[in-house]
Amino acid sequence: MAKILLEMKNITKEFPGVKALDDVNFKVEEGEIHALVGENGAGKSTLMNVLSGIYPYGTYEGDIVYEGQVCKFHNIKDSEKLGIVIIHQELALVPEMTIGENMYLGNECGHKFSIDWNKTYSEADKYLKMVGLSESSKTLIKDIGTGKQQLVEIAKALAKQAKLLILDEPTSSLNEEDSRALLDLMLSFKKQGMTMIIISHKLNEVSYVADTITVVRDGATIETIDNHGTEPVSEERIIKGMVGREMTNRFPRREDVVIGDTMLEVSDWTVHHPLYPERKVVDGVSMYVRKGEVVGIYGLMGAGRTELAMSIFGHTYGTNISGSMKIKGKAVKVKKGADDAIKHGIAYVTEDRKGNGLVLSQSIKVNTSLAHLDAISKHMVIDSDKEYAVAEEYRRKLKTKTPSVEQLVGNLSGGNQQKVLLAKWMFAEPDIMLLDEPTRGIDVGAKYEIYCIINDLAAAGKSVVLISSELPEVLGMSDRIYIMNEGKFVGEMKAEDATQEKIMAIILKSGRGE
Amino acid sequence: MNRENILAALKKNAMLIVLVLVYLFFMILTQGGIFEPSSFTELINQNAYVFILGCGMLMCMLTGGNIDLSCGSFVCLVSAIGGIFMIVSGLGTGVSILLLLLIGVVYGCILGFLIAYIHIPPWIATLAGYLAFRGLGTFILSSNSPTGSLAPFPADFRSIFYGKVFPTEKGVFNIPCFVLGLVAAAVVVLMLFWTRKNRLKKGYEADTIRQVALKGGLSAAVIILVMSRLAMDGGIPTTLLWVAGIVLIYSFITSKTTIGRHFYVVGGNIEAARLSGVNTKRIMFIAYLNMAVLTTIATMPVIARSNSAYANLGKNFEMDAISACVVGGVSASGGAGSVLGMVIGATLIGVINLGMSLISLDANYQRVVKGFVLLAAVVFDIVSKKKKK
Repeated sequence: MAKILLEMKNITKEFPGVKALDDVNFKVEEGEIHALVGENGAGKSTLMNVLSGIYPYGTYEGDIVYEGQVCKFHNIKDSEKLGIVIIHQELALVPEMTIGENMYLGNECGHKFSIDWNKTYSEADKYLKMVGLSESSKTLIKDIGTGKQQLVEIAKALAKQAKLLILDEPTSSLNEEDSRALLDLMLSFKKQGMTMIIISHKLNEVSYVADTITVVRDGATIETIDNHGTEPVSEERIIKGMVGREMTNRFPRREDVVIGDTMLEVSDWTVHHPLYPERKVVDGVSMYVRKGEVVGIYGLMGAGRTELAMSIFGHTYGTNISGSMKIKGKAVKVKKGADDAIKHGIAYVTEDRKGNGLVLSQSIKVNTSLAHLDAISKHMVIDSDKEYAVAEEYRRKLKTKTPSVEQLVGNLSGGNQQKVLLAKWMFAEPDIMLLDEPTRGIDVGAKYEIYCIINDLAAAGKSVVLISSELPEVLGMSDRIYIMNEGKFVGEMKAEDATQEKIMAIILKSGRGE
Repeated sequence: MNRENILAALKKNAMLIVLVLVYLFFMILTQGGIFEPSSFTELINQNAYVFILGCGMLMCMLTGGNIDLSCGSFVCLVSAIGGIFMIVSGLGTGVSILLLLLIGVVYGCILGFLIAYIHIPPWIATLAGYLAFRGLGTFILSSNSPTGSLAPFPADFRSIFYGKVFPTEKGVFNIPCFVLGLVAAAVVVLMLFWTRKNRLKKGYEADTIRQVALKGGLSAAVIILVMSRLAMDGGIPTTLLWVAGIVLIYSFITSKTTIGRHFYVVGGNIEAARLSGVNTKRIMFIAYLNMAVLTTIATMPVIARSNSAYANLGKNFEMDAISACVVGGVSASGGAGSVLGMVIGATLIGVINLGMSLISLDANYQRVVKGFVLLAAVVFDIVSKKKKK
């Protein structure tokens, strides 16, 4: 048995009113990749914050033993000195600075008053090579994609002489290709003797990369699963630990909904990029959705799915949009602006709930009523009792976990924020709902609840367009699937005919330009 | 009520408590001078423009921390043009006011258009006005008057914006003023109880009866106290009616109407607002149109009080309005703040100004004190809010 590099003993951390960690024990062997999985709010991030000194010694109970020594970290610098480096989910890079400057931010080479730029850039280039980046360290961060930015974060950690690398959701904003490259990079580091802890919601990645998997639930470590065997641990096995029950079905069964007439139809829909008008982002797409139907649009990130949905939603994205649109069989000319789209019964539930979906500084109540204020007001005066009642109704219907609808949305967990976002658009009473990555960044339990909501919407006669880059989700939820690649629809199939292999084959074929 | 509740209540009303403390401080320093009836009238007349401009500035700041730097200079320009209308050309008061408002609307439309539809950053767009209007106003004044100021304004104009309703002699108790105070106090108390009853009836969270009684009692006491002091100084100042009217209207707009809600969400997350069907450009347009109109209205009590239009009129008014908002807890990044908070902030600044001039502190020291008090007030507010979490 290998040497234990890190042991966290009986860690208990309390916040006012909440026990975030309750007597947690956690061991990491030297040279392994250890995955930490659990639902949102289970306590994974809190545990890592205790380890890295963000919650300083004294604010928690228990001991951290690292390389045989009991550690008392007072801040991140203390833990980094010993080679414990954490890479947070939200990238902490300054877009207007170069890769090199970012890598040595707060850790500059040279003297206090004279930074050694030659050393900075030559060292930076060395570490960039180690993570497989060919960019010069003098490139600005804003000029490289998110996938590469994530690699820069790793290079930055290596530059701090990391011995224990903690990656919090490293692939959450990467596409499949970049994710796979990152995971392989982790495996190659392991061969060189690096120890890593990975926090992830993507269980297929966890079972691919991890040697040991520790499941956290409700602030306690539930179990540690060994993944050294030749057969990787199944996702169902992990999920069982996470939710405390066997999830035989990750997708709720669709009721047999009678699929009705065509609700929305667009033909030959072409959208140009708002800044580079010569570039076609959506190219001649034709599609339709029927009443009570769930239509999946599968495509990798950058395929033009969001752009398609937003351009249908009152031309809120793109310029020079051409093509025709029919709603309930009648040709309509939706004017520019979301308000007109809403009037026509279209709702767009964004993939970026924090960026352009919710007003985080406002309450659940305010967010719920926002897209349909007319319904709770008369002559522009808001009936606040009615507003409260509506927010309360949706809180109950969608089982949003919150002490009150007056709670600020910014204080909710990702899954609950997603429910508020859905509540807002359900309250707008649309006929057609364009759901863009409705389960991104939320945990398995909440995902299941969102799926149930989608099924209920279809059963209530709404037409649902489900945009997703998770194939199992599209396959499990849709009646019909469109496949999108590079701005074009490259395939359409019924759910019962579709398989992961078929869909990937279509995408690969179209990518080769056949 | 246990200790925790009291502490929470204190923190929530931190700025109000600062106001009371500062008031008591000046009470001692001026040996009661700040409690004289004339001080109350003075406080209102001197600061009328802060309250009015504060309402406009609040709306601008709500949309995302945007400010209007031009309002002080615009006051100068409007006063100069007002002087031309009323003093030089002898136009009627009513016509003059309407024409001035029209000028405000025109400027507001241009400014709003530039900011909302051409996307000029507000502080740059209004910086132009800040420079240009002061120059234009001074030019108009100096080319129409050898002294560079126009005076006096007609008596009927002054009585509308700087007069008394049902005036009596100073020192004689003014009955209408006191009655108005009683009515206002009664309305406030009844509204508080009515809201609570309604909420309980529908099963919502509501304050306890003791909290409501305390809140109502204190508000009523303050209103009656102020009005009875004013009653000893000749009656209700017309400025008070203007200010109260505008403050109440904006309080209603921001808290109860859909358009007020739109201001908050545009400031909170402009993209989310846009994708929820809010016409974000129109909101920006309205914010600056509204600001220009309120600036024109704020000019009226100012020139009625000074009884002349001169080049330095309205200097630093924009800073007073911004300070009132910031001290009153309006977020400098938008999306949060209330009219009530702004009113408390404006009153605090007004009390400090009045107190310092009552003890005849040197004008330069006054600025130093004001600067530090502003900073201290905001630090106190932010620190006390931080502890709450």
